[in-house]
Amino acid sequence: MIRVIIPAPLRQHAGVKGELALKVNGPVTQRAVLDALEARYPMLRGSIRDHATQKRRAFIRFFACEEDLSHEAPDTPLPDAVADGTEPYMVVGAIAGG
Amino acid sequence: MSSVRVLVGTRKGAFILTSDGARKRWKIKGPHFPGWEMYHLKASPADPNRIYASQSSGWFGQQIQRSDDGGRKWKAVGNQFAYDGVPGTHQWYDGTPHPWEFKRVWHLEPSLTDPDTVLAGVEDAAMFRTTDGGATWTEMSGLRKHGSGPHWAPGAGGMCLHSIIVDPTNPNRVYIAISAAGAFRSDDGGASWKPINQGLRSEHIPDPTAEVGHCVHHIAMHASRPNTLFMQKHWDVMRSDNAGDKWTEVSGNLPTDFGFVVDVHAHEPETIYVVPITSDAHHWVMKGKLRVYRSRTGGNEWEALSKGLPQRNCYVNVLRDAMAVDSLDTCGIYFGTTGGQVYVSADEGDSWKAIARDLPAVLSVEVQTLP
Repeated sequence: MIRVIIPAPLRQHAGVKGELALKVNGPVTQRAVLDALEARYPMLRGSIRDHATQKRRAFIRFFACEEDLSHEAPDTPLPDAVADGTEPYMVVGAIAGG
Repeated sequence: MSSVRVLVGTRKGAFILTSDGARKRWKIKGPHFPGWEMYHLKASPADPNRIYASQSSGWFGQQIQRSDDGGRKWKAVGNQFAYDGVPGTHQWYDGTPHPWEFKRVWHLEPSLTDPDTVLAGVEDAAMFRTTDGGATWTEMSGLRKHGSGPHWAPGAGGMCLHSIIVDPTNPNRVYIAISAAGAFRSDDGGASWKPINQGLRSEHIPDPTAEVGHCVHHIAMHASRPNTLFMQKHWDVMRSDNAGDKWTEVSGNLPTDFGFVVDVHAHEPETIYVVPITSDAHHWVMKGKLRVYRSRTGGNEWEALSKGLPQRNCYVNVLRDAMAVDSLDTCGIYFGTTGGQVYVSADEGDSWKAIARDLPAVLSVEVQTLP
């Protein structure tokens, strides 16, 4: 299972608490993890990635294994530690707004 | 005994205020959706327990919430607002073309007859409609494509479609207003539109009497007179008695004619309310005094209403969708401020009382009169 952490407002919106565990079929990429997240929680569609372009929203970041993956290609495999469930994949609301 | 339910959208959540018909003792429930900007909540006239809410965030975008039990439980419904076709461009602040980009829903207008049908006014300005209770939204693109769209430009608050009024006697007639494009009317159910801005005069645009480009802040109508519209423009309070074909200024003796809200008494179609704001530079009430102004003559002759409202050191604004009226025998008037107060008058504006004093900045107020 892939461990996923989403921001508190989205946990509230999806009606979940704490860390999520998602099953991802095939290669574990950012796209695959986010597809699995949105399939399980459809109300999150459009809140992390744009509905049409599937691009990351401006004030969302993706972290894992102490790395900022926000600018990585969506189909690049995630680190092994994420794929084997040792480390979480984190969807982060950027510190912004003054 | 009748009761009222007040739906309050704020910068950081939604609140639902309820009272019996006396409107003296209030219960406040909330915050619903804490931390989210709640631009607008409005209930279906056809099913008072059906409430729609616009929930948004700079981080997480737009959500639409729906309640089927009067606001106790909510369910996220469809939030995809895709412009029809290639959206094209409108004018940007520097005069250059700027692509249409969806940002948020400013106003939700449920159908008068069908709880599953709702019109949504959005930024960048366009109108969408759902006919399946919010699951899917389709742009009524005749508005954006009617011809003047490339010349529309955003106001300081964004290029928002913020006012939607459906003629209760003719569902094919719809009025909308956009900052800063102006007012528009459709006579065919939203398929085609025409600007209705003749008579408006805006000194801050190159041609003060241009067909489009006016910063209309809000429009209001009384259900018994669907051809009469009242408008609070950036500056100037206006009225039209021919469905917007021609406007005349009715600012009269107002101390300033800048403001955002305008609303009409539930039972007296010539009794209207505004909250004068000092200026576009100073978005607060005049001289530290919060005063609603009422005209019983459809404009021009205004009286200040201040009993129960703060008359010193008050520097709040009342935003465009933050005033509403109930339809009890003695009409109740409600408004919310950027300081987080919600005020009610149970006597048509003669006196006021704060229902809530310390909410987040109020973005919208709607009221339901319940049996």
